[in-house]
Amino acid sequence: MPHDHHDHDHPHALLPPEPALRVRALETILTDKGLIDPAALDEIIDTYQNQIGPKNGATVVAKMWMDEAFRQEMLSDPMPSLEEMGLYGRQGEHMVFLENSDTVHNLVVCTLCSCYPWPLLGIPPGWFKSDAYRARVVREPRKVLAEFGVEVPETTKVRVWDSTAEIRYLVVPQRPKGSEGLSEQELAALVTRDSMIGTGLAKEPQS
Amino acid sequence: MNRPEPAFDAPWHAQVFALTVHLNEAGYFEWAEWVQRFSATLQRHGLNKELDGGEDYFNAWLETLEMYLQERGMAEGDAVEATRAAWERAYLSTPHGDPVSLTAADTCRATG
Repeated sequence: MPHDHHDHDHPHALLPPEPALRVRALETILTDKGLIDPAALDEIIDTYQNQIGPKNGATVVAKMWMDEAFRQEMLSDPMPSLEEMGLYGRQGEHMVFLENSDTVHNLVVCTLCSCYPWPLLGIPPGWFKSDAYRARVVREPRKVLAEFGVEVPETTKVRVWDSTAEIRYLVVPQRPKGSEGLSEQELAALVTRDSMIGTGLAKEPQS
Repeated sequence: MNRPEPAFDAPWHAQVFALTVHLNEAGYFEWAEWVQRFSATLQRHGLNKELDGGEDYFNAWLETLEMYLQERGMAEGDAVEATRAAWERAYLSTPHGDPVSLTAADTCRATG
């Protein structure tokens, strides 16, 4: 039965936005040619929506705070352990952990596009991908930090790290005061996504 | 405490992301090559306006992927447009609530 596009008396399926149809078209063509497996696409989406997120990075940071041998390993040669924990990317990137201290505050950006440690932090937030953040964080990092509510003392050096396709950075925030005696799990709950990008600090435990 | 933000703002953001990751994992291109192309698109778009990192960002992503698949002969521009139009027709002619799919005839018309 031919459908009259102007006839709104027949309620039809909701038309997705134009780019969504273009993505569907690519999927259809590549699937028909046998170049991709649609089930693999669903699996990737599920993984990134539901299984991968900042919780992964927080687990690693908490373990670094607790376990000196693990910390050394993460600072010198993290990939074998990350692979063992299933926290590695299949995009071939190498992870570098940057420890914050009283003397240095690390901040991560990708001026190129939005390279980001997906396996440890999930999908980057919108602001990480915005032109505003990408351009300004290099020029005026302290001002950007202040807008995130992070005041870095004048005596602390701010270092900005620019990610690439090959190297992704994760900031290890300073362990907050009053967190002595907490379990690894309790510590992980203090580690926010922003604290691992450098635009935040680890939360202080509620007493 | 803030609610966690959804990983993707729109379903198609997730779909185009997954498609690209899948093509990379299947070995069609190196991730570094993707990054190079994608950042070039972002740069080109950014010359005209400030990109907000949301819809703009994934529009640039999709455009990069389309250009790349076209160049590689994996999905030609004409076929993509015809298939997109076929999906649009399918949505507009499927009663609300029914699953939307392309018939073999649609696909044939689109890619044949």
